[in-house]
Amino acid sequence: MTETTIGIGGAAEGTDMVLNIGPQHPSTHGVLRLRLVLDGERIRSAEPIVGYMHRGAEKLFEARDYRQIVMLANRHDWLSAFSNELGVVLAVERMLGMEVPERAVWTRTLLAELNRVLNHLMFLGSYPLELGGITPIFYAFTEREELQQVMEEVSGGRMHYMFNRVGGLKEDLPNGWTGRARATVAAVRSRMGRIDDLVLGNEIFRGRTRGVGVLSQQDVHGFGVSGPIARASGVDFDLRRDEPYLAYGELADTMRVVTRTEGDCLARFEVLLEQTHVALDLADACLDRLTDLPPGPINQRLPKVLKAPEGHTYAWTENPLGLNGYYLVSKGEKTPYRLKLRSASFNNIQALTVLLPGTLVADMVAILGSMFFVVGDVDK
Amino acid sequence: MDMTPDPAPPAQPLPEPRRLGPLARLAPEPMKVVLNWGRRYSLWVFNFGLACCAIEFIAASMSRHDFIRLGVIPFAPGPRQADLMIVSGTVTDKMAPAVKRLYEQMPEPKYVISFGACSNCGGPYWDSYSVTKGVDQIIPVDVYVPGCPPRPEALLQGILKLQEKIARESTGERYAPAKPSVQALTSGLVTPPAPAPGSGSGSGDTK
Repeated sequence: MTETTIGIGGAAEGTDMVLNIGPQHPSTHGVLRLRLVLDGERIRSAEPIVGYMHRGAEKLFEARDYRQIVMLANRHDWLSAFSNELGVVLAVERMLGMEVPERAVWTRTLLAELNRVLNHLMFLGSYPLELGGITPIFYAFTEREELQQVMEEVSGGRMHYMFNRVGGLKEDLPNGWTGRARATVAAVRSRMGRIDDLVLGNEIFRGRTRGVGVLSQQDVHGFGVSGPIARASGVDFDLRRDEPYLAYGELADTMRVVTRTEGDCLARFEVLLEQTHVALDLADACLDRLTDLPPGPINQRLPKVLKAPEGHTYAWTENPLGLNGYYLVSKGEKTPYRLKLRSASFNNIQALTVLLPGTLVADMVAILGSMFFVVGDVDK
Repeated sequence: MDMTPDPAPPAQPLPEPRRLGPLARLAPEPMKVVLNWGRRYSLWVFNFGLACCAIEFIAASMSRHDFIRLGVIPFAPGPRQADLMIVSGTVTDKMAPAVKRLYEQMPEPKYVISFGACSNCGGPYWDSYSVTKGVDQIIPVDVYVPGCPPRPEALLQGILKLQEKIARESTGERYAPAKPSVQALTSGLVTPPAPAPGSGSGSGDTK
């Protein structure tokens, strides 16, 4: 699958090599294919070729009713399943004009933040792995297993929780769960230092990432990059603060938006790491609030056939990897007429076309890993 | 002296990968047992991680579940060094040729575990226009692990099942000539041989 063409504008004896990376390749993020044109060791142009994971979810939404959609919606970005469910049910609730019980709002916020920690831990572990350090992923997965156990006790799922329902959550929290969740959050926080010190303080790691793959603010806006990657380039935008949904409006004192200005791989990693700390703090604040809340319903009784009224709406959420948008058009049927997904990773990896040219092949993996994408989120 | 050039040599048959030497049947039974025993506990695995299930596969290889203790070694540098391929995740029609190609690169004897509902049968994407409804449509599968995604424990169970299967296996049967497929039962009528010229049948023009 490689081909050589005579170089144009290069040195007389130089040839450009067209190199295919993927679709199956050793970095952990599945099946993204890159087509690189090389001049020696240097990348002259890069083109991400997407679609190897396209599962047609948007078309399937049109054949599922509003309860079934949730199940497909949490699978496109498999590392942040809870946040994905959330976007869909928020859109449907807005269409129905439905008021969600306060208990459900706070529980959703809590679980969304725990899900954010789970997502970030995966990347905090896999990114050093791609750069050649095997140990951190074992630490990251130890923490993930603990948190997954907490989530599983609530929802019964380790990855795809299916806990959101239109109008609330599936069921109330189990007895004594908040205490166990609090203990787990504290345990995870106490061991986060292993990643702080082992990875971030590592000389080799810093050498491989500092100043590599600098993404300018202009490109962030040009490609619609969002989430931790955009904030690492100094774009101070976070929906949780700037357009609060769920209970984030009342968490303004705990909520910190982490930004960096360097825009390189290390900055992106630092943002992710610090966001994990913030998410753990937010989870604690939600737990505090939940224990104070009076007992009450956690969902609403739904009609047997759930139909959204005719119209359209756009709901967006700050997913762990960036902005996720859901454009819902309904014709009053029990299935949506169209549900368009705006997924964060799709926009984020487009920036590779400007990020990779001019860098070395050896840095490509460092840049690719620091874009924190999920292929299912790219291809939908 | 015949100076005409030789006709083009007949096309060399490609090396048959599924072949046993003629002496294989003489191998003593204990030797076969020992070989099977060696195979089952040294499965170098090639992870074809495609979707959500790949995360559970990674979780199964991490410290809590740790499938290395079962003899599954996840450090195969590529398919050419692997004995076991675990297809974890949704196989799409665009990805399917790559799956088949990498499977064909693996050396014999090779085994496949299909991990998760998507690679078993399409799973939640059973009516999608772009998803292959089961990886067994393109490559043979030894063990299916159900779930969406299956828990890491389910993968461990699947590996144990595969090891039992390898222990029972006989290479003679594995590489036996292919039997006629079941499809032969439902195929159409066999076309009769074309009538030989001159042997008019039923036309009545006897001489």
